[in-house]
Amino acid sequence: MHKEFLMGNAAIARGAIAAGLNCVSGYPGTPSTEVLETAAKFNTDGRLYVEWSVNEKAALELAAGAAYCGARTMVTMKQVGLNVASDPLMSLAYIGVKGGMVVLVADDPGPISSQTEQDTRTFAAYSKLPCFDPSSVQEAYEMIQQAFELSEKYHTPVLFRPTTRVCHGYASIDVRDEEEYVVNKPEGFRRDPSKWVIFPRLSFRAHTEIERRNAELSAVLSESGLNPAENSSAGKKGIVTHGISYTYVKEALAALGCELPVLKIGTPFPFPEQAALQFLAGKDEILCVEELDPVIERELTFICGKHHLSANIFGKLTGNIAAAGENTIASVTKAVAEFAGLDLPEREVPSEPPKLPVRPPVLCAGCPHRASFFAVKTAMQGKKSVFCGDIGCYTLGNAMPLDMVDTCLCMGAGVNITQGIGKVEPDTNCFAFVGDSTFFASAITGAVNAVYNQADMTLVILDNSTTAMTGHQPHPGTGKTMMGQVVDKVSIESVLRGVGVKTVETVDPLDLKAAVDCVKRVSAEKGVKAIIFKSPCAVLIKSGKPAYIDPDKCRNCKRCVKLLGCPGIVMRDGRPVIENSLCTGCGLCSQVCPFDAIGGGRNAD
Amino acid sequence: MPTNILICGVGGQGIVLTSKLIAAAAMAAGMEVKSAETIGMAQKGGSVFSFLRVGDGAYCPMFGEGCADILIAFEPAEAVRMLPYLKKDGSIIVNTHAIMPVTAALGGSDYTGKEMLGYLAEQSDNVELVDGEKACAEVGSPRALNMIMLGAAVRSGVLPFGIEDVEDIMKKTVKPQFVEMNSRALRYGE
Repeated sequence: MHKEFLMGNAAIARGAIAAGLNCVSGYPGTPSTEVLETAAKFNTDGRLYVEWSVNEKAALELAAGAAYCGARTMVTMKQVGLNVASDPLMSLAYIGVKGGMVVLVADDPGPISSQTEQDTRTFAAYSKLPCFDPSSVQEAYEMIQQAFELSEKYHTPVLFRPTTRVCHGYASIDVRDEEEYVVNKPEGFRRDPSKWVIFPRLSFRAHTEIERRNAELSAVLSESGLNPAENSSAGKKGIVTHGISYTYVKEALAALGCELPVLKIGTPFPFPEQAALQFLAGKDEILCVEELDPVIERELTFICGKHHLSANIFGKLTGNIAAAGENTIASVTKAVAEFAGLDLPEREVPSEPPKLPVRPPVLCAGCPHRASFFAVKTAMQGKKSVFCGDIGCYTLGNAMPLDMVDTCLCMGAGVNITQGIGKVEPDTNCFAFVGDSTFFASAITGAVNAVYNQADMTLVILDNSTTAMTGHQPHPGTGKTMMGQVVDKVSIESVLRGVGVKTVETVDPLDLKAAVDCVKRVSAEKGVKAIIFKSPCAVLIKSGKPAYIDPDKCRNCKRCVKLLGCPGIVMRDGRPVIENSLCTGCGLCSQVCPFDAIGGGRNAD
Repeated sequence: MPTNILICGVGGQGIVLTSKLIAAAAMAAGMEVKSAETIGMAQKGGSVFSFLRVGDGAYCPMFGEGCADILIAFEPAEAVRMLPYLKKDGSIIVNTHAIMPVTAALGGSDYTGKEMLGYLAEQSDNVELVDGEKACAEVGSPRALNMIMLGAAVRSGVLPFGIEDVEDIMKKTVKPQFVEMNSRALRYGE
């Protein structure tokens, strides 16, 4: 054992490696991404197989195959990724695995960077899979190792669901030395169609067995130490909590100087009924402090009914805890104080501060997506158009002044949403914007559907040759893998031509005139046609010489500011100036200045 | 009780590295450390923060309002935004150079940060102003801001270690060619 300062996601990866991990696959998504990245960084000797898959479904199927062979496998994704992987996972719950398999799904209360506030604990109950819910970095490190053991012992994939604050929290924790790692040698695939081929008869048998096993697991987990109670005999009131909210409860109790009994649920499914019953004994009132769904609250209400207990259960359903969004130390302290009948510690309230500038996230200075959106906007000025967006940095194209995202739903959805709008409104110019990584993840099938079903639309691929939003992961179009191999790039243009898109034009969006002409020309054609705006992510390339606004030529029309919304142009003393520390010299602003006042940048000399 | 440190500013100012250096210096001194910071979409030009808790007794990587022993603010408005987290009589180290958000440029507002600094002075007697722009120019790198702010924070005496401890860690963290510049930045204003 030694101490290291680790991010929660790094601790999870390191714990999995200490547990004998053989194979890890996933698709990037905040707040889960660093788990796989840490495993890859640690994989200097090639003991692991690591891959960014094209999407979560592919990642999970790969891991299932490896686990069939006895490999210990982990699949990483964010909560909405689980929706993509749910088809194979629901069936795999029936088939089971030979090697331990942990499906790491990071939930995002808030949500901070997601489309939904779905709760993987609820998915665990739906899919009938055991679920682990760590509350700290150290606990995540220990718990992932227990998750592998339980998975392998019961031949079932298990869910492991940290939330953002555990994933992205850091702590100095005890980690194992390499000599203490478990070494797992997979025995290989053993052919057995009665085991690995899903058929209705097998599913019926498996379902019966799953329900029996989960009843057994509820008892096993009650005794496992994963659902610990503190001060459980002290008084008639108690708190039941989980995950990061447990630490908020502890901070709240310390601040209030109060010692209520606390039960922490580390395995929300199968719910540890015996552990809960022991905690409920002799209690009149229970406050459930949880994030996302009221999973614990419903379970306790159910247990009280089943066992004729008279305790009142409070939480989200009773309005004591907010129905949506993240808990905070402040919100939990307030709820605990009300529950315990205590006053909040008094604090001086500072006087009203001056109006604070708001800082919504924006496309970076020099981002080629800004140029792509601006080119389409310019080309389609005055024409009835709809612009369907998708998931990635380019969702930020919705911000003023670009204002170029009319819809955004989920990964890859924009292509067929555009198709649907076009079927109802045939006189509208329909555009779908999709990034390169999202294209590979889930827009290819959409493109095939649009071609086959005679859509009339322009598919715009924003190709910056990386997965930028989540921190620049490679994908099939980049020609690099997580095993360090340099491989053939999958060509987006060839894919589109292969599925029957006849017009595919590639253009540099930072060449504004060429880009606008291209949009006008291509969008005028009938059927499905595509434009690939190709220009690398501004964060990944060396910045050029910053632009420069010539004060003698500038007539202060502010078009550069008002049309582009680039953080590299700021107002100082009422006039636009270039912020040299941010400007990448992309040259877009010099192409929109009507007075030729902006020089420097890529067009210099 | 742990020492609670809050670092705040705007995405891209080097806050994460500052936080890592404080954590590493604390660990080298054998102390427990927990921290939490902004990651993801909010980093793109948004307000960012890093909570740090050094020493025993912290359950959560974050802390509540009124708990920070020191606020290290890389930008005036961000200092005001996070001020509710500061303890009564806690220390404020603030860079006086304002960063204007795109929304302010669009709205034609002339946010300069001066009104923010005025408010901080009204609220606290324990504000140390750092002219980050001037300091960076004198140190010789626009990237030196985080070390300049960290040096000022260490000299406030609130952090449980000295400038030599931070310097030792910095030398192990940054590329050799940047050690000398970062040393100057850490010791700027001594």
